[in-house]
Amino acid sequence: MNQSDFLKVVLPFKDKVFRLAKRLLVSTEEAEDATQELFFKLWKSKEKIADYKNVEAFAMTMTKNYCFDRLKSKQASNLTLIHSNYKETRTSLDKNIEHQDSVNQVHQLIEKLPENQKIIIQLRDVEQYNFDEICKMVDMKPTAVRVALSRARKTIREELIKKHNYGVS
Amino acid sequence: MELANIEKLIQKYLDAETTLQEETTLRNYFTGGNVAPHLQEYEYMFNYFTTTKDETYTKPILLKPKNSKKTKNLKWVSVAASVVLLFSVFIGNQEYKKYQEEQQAKALYAEVSKGLKLLSTNLKKGEQAVATLYTYENTVNKILKETK
Repeated sequence: MNQSDFLKVVLPFKDKVFRLAKRLLVSTEEAEDATQELFFKLWKSKEKIADYKNVEAFAMTMTKNYCFDRLKSKQASNLTLIHSNYKETRTSLDKNIEHQDSVNQVHQLIEKLPENQKIIIQLRDVEQYNFDEICKMVDMKPTAVRVALSRARKTIREELIKKHNYGVS
Repeated sequence: MELANIEKLIQKYLDAETTLQEETTLRNYFTGGNVAPHLQEYEYMFNYFTTTKDETYTKPILLKPKNSKKTKNLKWVSVAASVVLLFSVFIGNQEYKKYQEEQQAKALYAEVSKGLKLLSTNLKKGEQAVATLYTYENTVNKILKETK
C-alpha cells in the first residue's frame, strides 16, 4: 500500500475523526493534534489496514481510545481546564444572534453529557452512522447504544426547554 | 410533512428508535425553517448537528512525524551523554587513584626519612662515644709510653 492508496482510503473520514476528537477533547488544537497523531498511527500500521473490512470504524474506535488516553493523561487535564470557557468559532451561524446562541447552547449541553453519550450522539446525530457501525466503534451492545442515545437526546431536549423557560414561566 | 407525523417521529427519535431515513426526514423538517413553536428546541438541536458536520480538518496530514528526527537526535545525544559520563567517571577514578598513590608514597617517604634520621642521630651518638673511647685509649697509651 503506497501513500496515495492510503490517502484514498483514509481521507474520506478525516473530518469525522477530527470532529469526534474535538467533541471529546473540546479544544480545536488538541483535536488537530489527535487527528494528526491518529493518521500517523494508521500509516504506520498500513500493512494491517488492508485486512480490515471497515477501516473507518476501526479508525473511529482508535480515535475514541486515543482521546480517552489523552483525557486521562495529566497534560490533557490541564488543557481542558484552560479551554473550559472556550468559544465555538467555526460553527457560528449567520442567522440572528439569539438563534446562534441557542445552537451554541446545544454544544455546551453536549459538552456536559457523559463521555459515552457524547460519543454516541456525535456518531449518530452528527455523523449519521447506523447502529451496527456505532456498536462496533464503541464496542457496546445495540440496546446499550440505544439507551445511551435516547438518554442523551432527552437530556439535551429537557435542558434546552429549561433554559428557554428560565424567567418566563 | 404533517405535524402529527413529525410528532410521532419525534417520540421515536427520543427513544432512539428512528432509522437514519426517518432522522433525515426530521432533519429536513427542522432545518428548513417553518417549525411549529412547541417543537422549537428540536430546531436548535438539528441545526447544531448540521452545522457541526460542516466543520472540517483543514491542516494537511503529515505521514512522517515532524518531530521524529528530533527524538532520534535526542536518542543519540543521550547515548553520547552517557558515554561521556562513563568516560569522565572512569578518568576521575583513575586520577583519584593516582592521587591516593601519591599521598601514600609521600607518607611512606616521610616515615622512611624519619626512621633514617633516627638511625643517623643514634649512629652519631655511637660515633661520639667511640671517639671519646679513642681519646681515652690514646691518653692511656701515652701514659703507658711515658712510664716505660
